[in-house]
Parts: sequence; C-alpha cells; structure tokens
Amino acid sequence: MATADIRKKIFETPSVNYLNHQKGWKSWAFTLDHKRIGIMYLIGVTSALLLAGVFALVLRSHLWSYQGAFLSDDMYNQMFTLHGAIMVFSFIIPSVPAALGNMVLPIMLGAKDVAFPRMNLASFYLWIIGTACLFAAILSGRGLDTGWTFYTPYSIDTSTAVIFATFGAFVLGFSSIFTGLNFLVTINTMRVPGQTWFKLPLFLWSLYATSIIQVLATPVLGITLLLLIAERTMHIGIFDPTYGGDPVLFQHFFWFYSHPAVYIMILPAMGVISELISVYSQKRIFGYSFIAFSSVAIALLGFLVWGHHMFTSGQSPMVTLIFSAITFTVAIPSAVKVFNWLATLYKGSILLNTPMCYALSFIFLFGIGGLTGLFLGTLSVDIHLHDTYFVVAHFHFVMVGGTLTAFLGGLFHWWPKMFGRMYNDLMGRIGCFLVFAGFNLTFFPQFVMGSRGMPRRYASYDPEFQIFHQWSTVGAMILGIGIVVSFGVLMHAAFRGKRCGSNPFRAASLEWQTSSPPDFHNFIHKPILTDPYDFESQVYDDELDTYIPRELADPAKVPPRKEPAHH
Amino acid sequence: MAVADPDNILEEHHHHDPFIAHHFESAEQQFDSGKLGIWIFLVTEILFFSGLFVAYTLWRLHHPEIFQQAHHFLDKNLGALNTIVLLFSSLTMALGVHAAQNGDNKKCGMYTLITMVCAAVFLGVKAVEYSHKWDMGILVRSAFNFTDHHAEGISPYLIGLSAIPALLLVGFIGASLFSKVTDKDLLSKFFGGLAITVGGYFLGVFIGLGFMALTAKADAHADAGLSHSPLVLQALTVDDEKDDDHAHEEGHDDHGDDHAAGEDHAHGDHDEHGHGAHAHDKSNKDPMHRDVGIFFSIYYCMTGLHAIHIIAGIIALAWVFWRCLALHWRPDYFGPVDYVGLYWHLVDLIWIYLFPLLYLID
Repeated sequence: MATADIRKKIFETPSVNYLNHQKGWKSWAFTLDHKRIGIMYLIGVTSALLLAGVFALVLRSHLWSYQGAFLSDDMYNQMFTLHGAIMVFSFIIPSVPAALGNMVLPIMLGAKDVAFPRMNLASFYLWIIGTACLFAAILSGRGLDTGWTFYTPYSIDTSTAVIFATFGAFVLGFSSIFTGLNFLVTINTMRVPGQTWFKLPLFLWSLYATSIIQVLATPVLGITLLLLIAERTMHIGIFDPTYGGDPVLFQHFFWFYSHPAVYIMILPAMGVISELISVYSQKRIFGYSFIAFSSVAIALLGFLVWGHHMFTSGQSPMVTLIFSAITFTVAIPSAVKVFNWLATLYKGSILLNTPMCYALSFIFLFGIGGLTGLFLGTLSVDIHLHDTYFVVAHFHFVMVGGTLTAFLGGLFHWWPKMFGRMYNDLMGRIGCFLVFAGFNLTFFPQFVMGSRGMPRRYASYDPEFQIFHQWSTVGAMILGIGIVVSFGVLMHAAFRGKRCGSNPFRAASLEWQTSSPPDFHNFIHKPILTDPYDFESQVYDDELDTYIPRELADPAKVPPRKEPAHH
Repeated sequence: MAVADPDNILEEHHHHDPFIAHHFESAEQQFDSGKLGIWIFLVTEILFFSGLFVAYTLWRLHHPEIFQQAHHFLDKNLGALNTIVLLFSSLTMALGVHAAQNGDNKKCGMYTLITMVCAAVFLGVKAVEYSHKWDMGILVRSAFNFTDHHAEGISPYLIGLSAIPALLLVGFIGASLFSKVTDKDLLSKFFGGLAITVGGYFLGVFIGLGFMALTAKADAHADAGLSHSPLVLQALTVDDEKDDDHAHEEGHDDHGDDHAAGEDHAHGDHDEHGHGAHAHDKSNKDPMHRDVGIFFSIYYCMTGLHAIHIIAGIIALAWVFWRCLALHWRPDYFGPVDYVGLYWHLVDLIWIYLFPLLYLID
C-alpha cells in the first residue's frame, strides 16, 4: 500500500513541471519534450486556424451580395485558395495528431517521450517553414489562385506564386511524415510493459491508422508537387498538355494523396470522440475492437477511392463505377463507429460538460457530413452535384463539423491535464453552442443552394441564391464568435483557471494517472496499467480531491467494485 | 493487470549510458525503435519514387516507340559501370555494418570510406553522362533540341558541374592540413576522408571520359555497333518546333517511313488517332520528334532525384565515418551504421531498377 505521502507526491500538482522546469525562450525553441512541442504546435495550428478563419469570414462577407460585395474577382480567387490551403495543410492535418497527439500519446503509453524527439522537433520547424512559405505566397504580392488542389494546367500557367505555395505544401508534407513515422514507431516499441494492442486507448488506434496514411500517402504528394515545380520551371511535359503531358495524371497523383489525407483529417478526430464519449458516459466503450479495426479499415479503404474526386474529369466508366462502389464501402466502418458511440451513450451516466457537448455535436454533424458523402459517391447524382456548394457543404460538415469540433472537444478534455487548471464550464458550453448553431446556419443552406445548382468558387452569383448566402454569412459570423469565445475560455483557464487535480473526470487511461500538469518525465512513478475503459479502476481520494488508481488508494476508503473488471 | 508494487512505486533513476537516449528503457528498445523507424522511412522513399515510376509506366505504355529509340542515347557502358560501382558499394557497406557489429571501428571506418568513394565515383560518371547529353541538346521536353554535334574537348557543362567538387576538394584538403597542424588528429583524418571522397568524384569523371573515348573508338572500328545508330539519329533529328509547314511535314513522314521500323510507325499512327487530347500538338508533326523529350524529362527526373539521394547518402555516411573515428560503435551500440546501411542499400536498389528501365529497353 502506498502511503499518503507517496500519493501526494505522485498526484498533487507539482511545483516543478514540464511548463516551468526550464525557463527562457531557448528552453522552448530547442526543447525535445513532446509536451512542449505539442504546446508549440497547438499555438501554431490555432494561429493558422484563426487566420484562415478570417479569410473565410472575408469570403462570406463578400458573398453577402449576389454581385459580390467588395473583393475583386482575382482577390476572391486568392482568398479562397489561401483559406483552403492554410486550413488543410497548416491546420486540419496537424491539428489533432501533432498538437493533441504529441501532448498525450507518449503519456498514454506510459513512455517518457516519443521514439524520436529530435525528429519531432524537426517536424515542428518544418511546419513553421512550410506555413511561412504559404504566407510568403501572400506577401510576395502575387498571391495564389489555383485552389488548394493546384490543378494543372492552370497551376502551370497562372502568374501567381505557385512555386512558393507548392514548396510550402511539400515541406508541410515532410512535417506530417515525421509525425506519422514517430507515432508509428512509438506505439510499436514504447508501450509500458503489459500494455497490449487491445489495452491501448482508442485514440491511439486512430492515431496509428492516421500515421499509416501519413507515411504511405504523403510521399506521393511530395513527388507530385516536385514534378509540378519542375513542370513550371522547366516544362518537362509530364503534366503540361502544351508539351504532350497529361493534366489528368496530376489529378490522379494529387488525389492519391489527398483523398487518404481527408482520413488523416477525420480519423484522429474520431479517436478523440471515442475517448470523450466513453469518459463522459462513465461507461466502457461499446465494441472496442470494432472501433479499433474500423480505424484501420478506413485507413486502408481510403487508398482505393481517390478516383471519386474525378468522376467528371474523364475516366473510363468502368473505373468510375469501381471507385463509386469502394467509396460506398467506406461508409461501413464509419457507421460502425457512430453506432458504437451511440451504444456507449445508452444507459451511461452522461455528463453534459463542454467536451461532451462537442462530442455530441460531432456525432450529429459528422453523421450529416458522412451521409451526404454517399450522395456524392453516387455517380449519377455526382454529375449534378459536382463542383457545387453541395460539395462545399459536405466536406465542411466533415472537416469543420467533424474535425474542428473534435479538436475543440479534445482541447477541453485534455486542457486540465496540460495546464492543471479547470475552465469555466458554462462559458465553454456557450461557446460550443455558438459553434454548433453557427456552423449549421452556415453550411446547411449551402446544401440547399448546391442541390439547386449554385457552383462553388464563384465570386458573384445568381440573385435567387442571395438569401441562402446571407444566412450562410450570418452563420459564419456566429461560428467565428463561437470559436473566439471557446479559445477565450481556454486561454482564461490556462492562466486564471481554478487548480484541478490529476484526474478530475475519472478517466482511466494512463495520461490521467500522473499529476496535472505532468512532470517533465511524464511519470515520477512506474505507471499502473489499467484498462483504459474500466472507470471503476479509479477511485475518489478526498485528500487530493481527485480520482486515483484503486491500487494506490487508501485500502480503508476504497469502495468495492460495482462490476467486475473484465480482462 | 500488471501492478507494480505500490510500496516501491517511485521511479529510481536508471541508466547513464551516453549512447542510450534518456527516454528509452534499454539499448534493445532504442535499437528496435531505430530499426522500425528506418524501415518506415524507406517505405516513404519508395513511395516518393513511385510517382516517377508511374509516370514512366504510363508514357512507356502510350509511346513505346519513343522509349525504344530514345534509350539509344543513353550510354549502356557507363550505366553498367555505375551499376557495378554501386553494387560494390553495397558490399562494402554491408561489411562496414558487420565490422560495427563487432565493435571494430577501424575496419568500419575503412569500409565506410570506400562506400563514400564509390558513391562519389558514381556521381562523377553521372556528371560525364549528363554533360555529354547537354552538349547534344538532349534536354527535357520543352528544351529538347537535339543536334548531332560532338563537342571537341571537355564539355563546358562538365567543368561547371565539377566546380563545386573542386572547391570542396581544395577546402577539405586545406581543413585536413590545418587540423593536422593544430594537432586535431581526429578532424584531420575526417577531412582527409572527405577529401578522398571528393577525389572519387574526379576519378569517376576520368573513368567516364575514358570509357566514352574507348567506346567511341570501338564504334568507329566496328560498323555493327553503329548500324542502327545513324538511323535513330536521323529519325530523332528535331525540326524547329514552330515550323508549321505541311509540305515539309509530309516529306518528313516519308523520310521516317524509309528508316523507322514498321512497328514503330504503326504506333505513331495509333497515336495520331487515339490521343485526341494531344491532337493540336500532333496534327502537323510526327509525334516522335516532339515527344521524345519526354523520355529525357523522365530520365532526368528519375536519375536526378536518385543523384540527390546519393548526395544525401554521402552526407549520412560521412557522419557514420566521423563516429567511426571517434570510436563510438560497440557490439551493443551500432544502430546508426545499420540504419545508414539500409538507406544506402535502398539507394542502390533504386538504381538497380532505373538501369534496366532506362538503359536496357528492348
């Protein structure tokens, strides 16, 4: 039995932790600590989110009037390109894995760090360089107007700063590969003794699946972008039709990465949701192995569906048919997850705090986003809906309604762990409500106008769509306010929040079994491996005012188990 | 569940081995992590090249005639020589890893140095090949402007390419001597090794030029080796791209008929009708003339990217070489040699694919 002293030493908020054990900017800039790198990533991706979010608000304001309110057509093109490119490459892809994943992955494994800490730091600096290149495209004064997809032949001919931007995306690709490689190796080799694959939290399964995609798909984007740069500088004639090249080949190469990349964006979010739903229902996750394997299934199927972005680009009918069929099969593992989350909620003791509100929003919004994906995967319907606002609404439901809400939910879930301070839950929920309401108001009208034929990427449009656009613009403003409120709540918590204990939510995965914020080495003790979804393994300790592992609690005060832990 | 003894739960500080990073429990865990990491990295490398292999496959399927004829411009002898050089370097690399496993730093350093020299020889030969092609205007698709012109003496391109190695050579020799004078023995050896490596580049240039001179002589003597060569040269002689003269084009088609193999011509015909997308490009030209540059686009992309990997390999090997000199390797710590070795074998392996795909088409 552990004495009260030892308990205090392990679980009480330490005066020296990873945030303050070294001081000065150098201790951050050259840190190899995964937690600090996670925090730096968090600051980085959040800045990218806010900046690209401002672009989105400018776009939406411009579309208030059917003639276009204030931007020139060129400016509009540049604005949506930068919105897309920065959101995709600098925010969504690294958001959950590189920021939240870096923070909690090694702690969940009971490890001191990721396998390659220097590569982890390199990944962050590559992210900085890549993002700086994207910004350089703006600052160079020439902008970028190809759309985030860089489709040839336009990307070869346009006078805008394509090379800067593609080089930025290329570097960001390496940043992503480094993170993925690191996570794969860390999960494989750094688990605490006794932690088998099926004792991993589901967040790690989803990060593992994500990393597989990052490692297998991103290099193809790398060579594609290099070839595009070569095409622009030397006209090598691989993509450029003027020199006998094949522009559709570029689309194949691009989507071979970028379709799996949408699963890089959504899989980690699903992992976060699995954690949130289970913890805030205080109920063992339903169908653990189905959720785990559905992540892997999505990762693998994701490689076989890229052609569904090109139904109207001139593929053979047979190929489109096959791509359409495989696209539908992706719905199966996705639905498996959703049903399992719902089954977990059933008869759980649900705590409707901020992270749970985000998790429930996720299920609702991802449900709509996923199901409208089936519309687009249907060949005949896609011919009608292709390149309309329906597509825009669909992928925003998945990326923003899915990934962004999961990212915010995950932030609220792990924020007390990162900073040892609790947020204002009421304000957090208000932020969540604004995000949810604003989001729906923004994008639901876009389904309607898309199905009525409003094409995407137009700076001005037919007057009949004006009312939908105006709703959408109002929604975007509310969404923007919601995001600002949410980050305001988080910032307030980080500096002024009430101190909280090591495990305020009675979660059972390993990151909650160390102090908040953790020690530089993550654990000052040998972590006690528990089933991550056996919440009975954590018992309340009144001296520390938090939950601690049953094995370390004072035997006199430990309540008996309500249900036997199954192993 | 594995439960640690609750009374003895606080972590005591363990290993202080400087070669085991603090976050690893044991040398074994560190080695396994590194090994898995490098294998995953190699997978990403293969996928990085895969885009080029796909481009190659597509163009070869669509235009086999271009590939069959254009590859005659590649010097099989130099390609074969480079293949042998790289295969040999893989052998020395493997021997180096073996030496490191036994903790024999001296042997490991020697083998690593030989591997580096081989890599540099490869680059030297490659520089001869490239510069020779540039002399003849064999460039990427848009700049392709073949003229059957044999420059006398050493190509200015080759001199340009060799400028950086020349500067490096002088720098390394200087650094080595300076370290010697200032009694930094290790540094002196290290820079000496680098100087020898760069020397390998010039060795490669000399071998390459020598080979070319020899084969040119042999070609002049043996007509058999020459028989199809002028035909190809004629078939590929590129007209001014802006030339839209139909009469000229017809005349040229006849010309092609006389010489090109019937099968090739059939492919050309097929192209005219089958690839509407390029119609504007081809309606008034024999596609062969214009598109032959695409073979070289792919050739330069593939071999260029490979050469970049060779250079990266030399840098990694230099790091291993430095650590050999510092006597870092021991039987329980040789991971980095192993990892760099695996990378080097992959670079070798990619060349093993590139050589037949680009040089030995028939």
